[in-house]
Amino acid sequence: MFDALSSRLEGVLGRLRSRGRLSDADLDDALREIRTALLEADVDVAVARTFVDGVRSRLVGQDLSRSLSPGQQVVKAVDEELVAVLGGETLRITYASAPPTVVLLAGLQGSGKTTTAAKLARWYRQQGRNPILVGADLQRPAAVEQLRVLGAQIQIPVFSEPTDPVSVSTAGVNEARRTGRDVMILDTAGRLAIDEALMDEVRRISAAASPHLTFLVIDAMTGQDAVATAGAFHAALELDGVILTKLDSDARGGAALSVKDVVGKPIAFASTGERLADFDQFHPDRMASRILGMGDMLSLIEQVEREFDQEVAQSSATRLLEGRFTLEDFLAQLQQVKKLGPLGGILSLMPGLGKELKQASSAIDDRQVAQVEAVIRSMTPAERAEPAIIDGSRRGRIARGSGTTTQDVNQLLRQFGEAQKMMRSPGMLKGMFGGRPGQLPDALSQLGDAGDLLGAKGAGVGGLGAQDLLAGMQSPERQSLAGVPRSSPAASGESGERRGAQGNKHGKKKKGGRVTPKRSGR
Amino acid sequence: MEALGAPEAPEAPEALEETAQVEERPAPALRDRMGKTRGLLSGYVRALRAKGSVDDQTWEQLEEALLRADVGVATTTALLDDLRARARTGGLRGADAVIAALRSDLLETLRVDGVQPGLADDAGTAETSNEASDGDGDFAGRTEVWLFVGVNGVGKTTTIAKVARRQVADGRSVVLAAGDTFRAAAAEQLTTWADRTGVPVVRGAEGADPSAVVYDAVRSAASRGDDLVLADTAGRLHTKVNLVEELKKIRRVADRPPGHVTEVLLVLDATTGQNGLAQARQFTEAVGVTGVVLTKLDGTAKGGIVVAIQRELGLPVKMVGIGEGVDDLVPFDADEFVDALFE
Repeated sequence: MFDALSSRLEGVLGRLRSRGRLSDADLDDALREIRTALLEADVDVAVARTFVDGVRSRLVGQDLSRSLSPGQQVVKAVDEELVAVLGGETLRITYASAPPTVVLLAGLQGSGKTTTAAKLARWYRQQGRNPILVGADLQRPAAVEQLRVLGAQIQIPVFSEPTDPVSVSTAGVNEARRTGRDVMILDTAGRLAIDEALMDEVRRISAAASPHLTFLVIDAMTGQDAVATAGAFHAALELDGVILTKLDSDARGGAALSVKDVVGKPIAFASTGERLADFDQFHPDRMASRILGMGDMLSLIEQVEREFDQEVAQSSATRLLEGRFTLEDFLAQLQQVKKLGPLGGILSLMPGLGKELKQASSAIDDRQVAQVEAVIRSMTPAERAEPAIIDGSRRGRIARGSGTTTQDVNQLLRQFGEAQKMMRSPGMLKGMFGGRPGQLPDALSQLGDAGDLLGAKGAGVGGLGAQDLLAGMQSPERQSLAGVPRSSPAASGESGERRGAQGNKHGKKKKGGRVTPKRSGR
Repeated sequence: MEALGAPEAPEAPEALEETAQVEERPAPALRDRMGKTRGLLSGYVRALRAKGSVDDQTWEQLEEALLRADVGVATTTALLDDLRARARTGGLRGADAVIAALRSDLLETLRVDGVQPGLADDAGTAETSNEASDGDGDFAGRTEVWLFVGVNGVGKTTTIAKVARRQVADGRSVVLAAGDTFRAAAAEQLTTWADRTGVPVVRGAEGADPSAVVYDAVRSAASRGDDLVLADTAGRLHTKVNLVEELKKIRRVADRPPGHVTEVLLVLDATTGQNGLAQARQFTEAVGVTGVVLTKLDGTAKGGIVVAIQRELGLPVKMVGIGEGVDDLVPFDADEFVDALFE
């Protein structure tokens, strides 16, 4: 809640402190900001209007909260309203009385239907079902081939035939029966909502296959078009739910609200990446904070928790508190940080990011992390434990060994020394961590000087809102939320992880070493 | 199309022509394809014209019309604030004048004088883009490379097929590079198009280094004296640093002799909302985008985000995709685009 939007509202609502209630007039400006935020998030113009009116009636006449500022109070009300609208009902996954249960996927071109089909098949199998994939997209070159490759990756059979989409669908149902599959997932070709011929075709496909569940697959980055598209597909097919894809982007995803409003059916699933495992039930609370520009903190936390070695983080945090944090510890932390993957990507998930942090995050890039790491690695263990022994000749050796300059080495040592001193000052850490060792990302972000070690000025500390939010994240409530068990995404046999060009500035690939064995996944 | 359930339904569309596998067809006009979705702004405009005078409601409705076209809050506000100021000082009188001024402002933003990349102009010859063959000694004799980049699902591969088609029709020899080595059956998809358009394709194994594939394609094209390599890349989110690094490498490699990257085309889906601006910004920062190809404009989406992209980044729309058929690509025409918004 402590983010850019609510700070924008502070200016507007600050004067309310003197009064006791929120009146219509008071709310006008505030809700205009909210409307702007929603529109910037791609919420449909009309949907934004009715939504804001709904919030207004919620808030008018409400007493000013004692614990929240007026801005925060408004944001909280908006957030609650969003969660209510987005998550009103969850989809009950039901099955046909006589197998197979047919699940039909429809949507625009490029929305992600084929990948989603495979993900859904995998999900159903996790539920103990026996799915089959049917490829009825005969329009897009190699669409069936794509489905076959995906099916092979997860060992789920794929059926298709080069006839026509309607015939394939019927034949697919027969094939499912013949082979004893109890769930059939039907991938169809992308089509425009205003293409009469193709919308008629999908109606005929639906008539032929008699789906138990029909989902609209829609891209999270869709703009104002969401309403027209969703409305048309719903009218043609009577949707049971919506699947939102490409949520790993930084699109705010207001289309979710628009679609929910026009279709009135649950958003059943969220697709959060290109791997087949990146598929989960939809979380309305996360979507709400994302739409409001508050970032997807919970996903970030989960991602961090997935990747971070708890023991290393814990022991380092303890050593920090005790003032015993050394370069060795810092090296271990850097390796942890690298495991997080693209730092810029992680930071982009954090709320309230302004231009400053975007610049800072581009400064915290893999190369600088790698450089600092290289310097520390070129030190002997004794040097890491006791940097005071590093004299001129040692510096030279370290510089040569790491491919840096003695100035780089000097700078690292100097900054680390300052950070250490800061760590050791009494009360400093207590203040920062609220008395308990926090999770690593909190530690890193609050080590302003350590942030400088990575070349990012002011990335962790200061008025970006992230720190406040993270402080807020120390609450037991958040920790328990973050502790919700999730199935491990890194199940063996899942291929398809994209790493891109990794490596340090020398072009070599670096393996992130593990200092202690990872605790088994939750 | 009845009972859309949306508050403002577009006008009844004309029947969509079959995109059959025919040979040359006259290039479809943007206006014809966008005509189906003309209903939106024209409805507003008609109502405003009927009223004649300009009041608060006028501005609200104009704002709504622009927002619905995905022009975005910042750009819409800027455009309308300017118009409001001019109307206040008496520079613009009446709804007609305001609407005309808005059209003109949009046109001014979108119209970019300059040559379309390799698309035949009225003179009939295929002019090439900014640099390469115009006697710039450094790049003479190097094989031109156009890189197609963008997020997932926007239509890069299909666009390449359409571009190949046009280039071949204009008498250039083209090679396709299957630089998407990640997506299942991506190379198969491009190969199908290569077969259909009669151009060679260079591909690697799935999971191969995309830079290597592109480089192979460039060398192959150079050795045969081909004019142009069209390089497909995997869809990637601009927020994924490692994938963006990979793309930078692809560009660097493609730009090495014998190749020379003369266009980096960001393929953008017309249904994209405000995220399109972030995409344009990040991709430009990473690999120096030279222009936008706006796809799927035959749908209900307006693609208004390109106004913001042009305004904030100076990035022009060079081509527009208006269907799944191999001929469904037209040069961007600002007049047609704005007219189709306003009728």
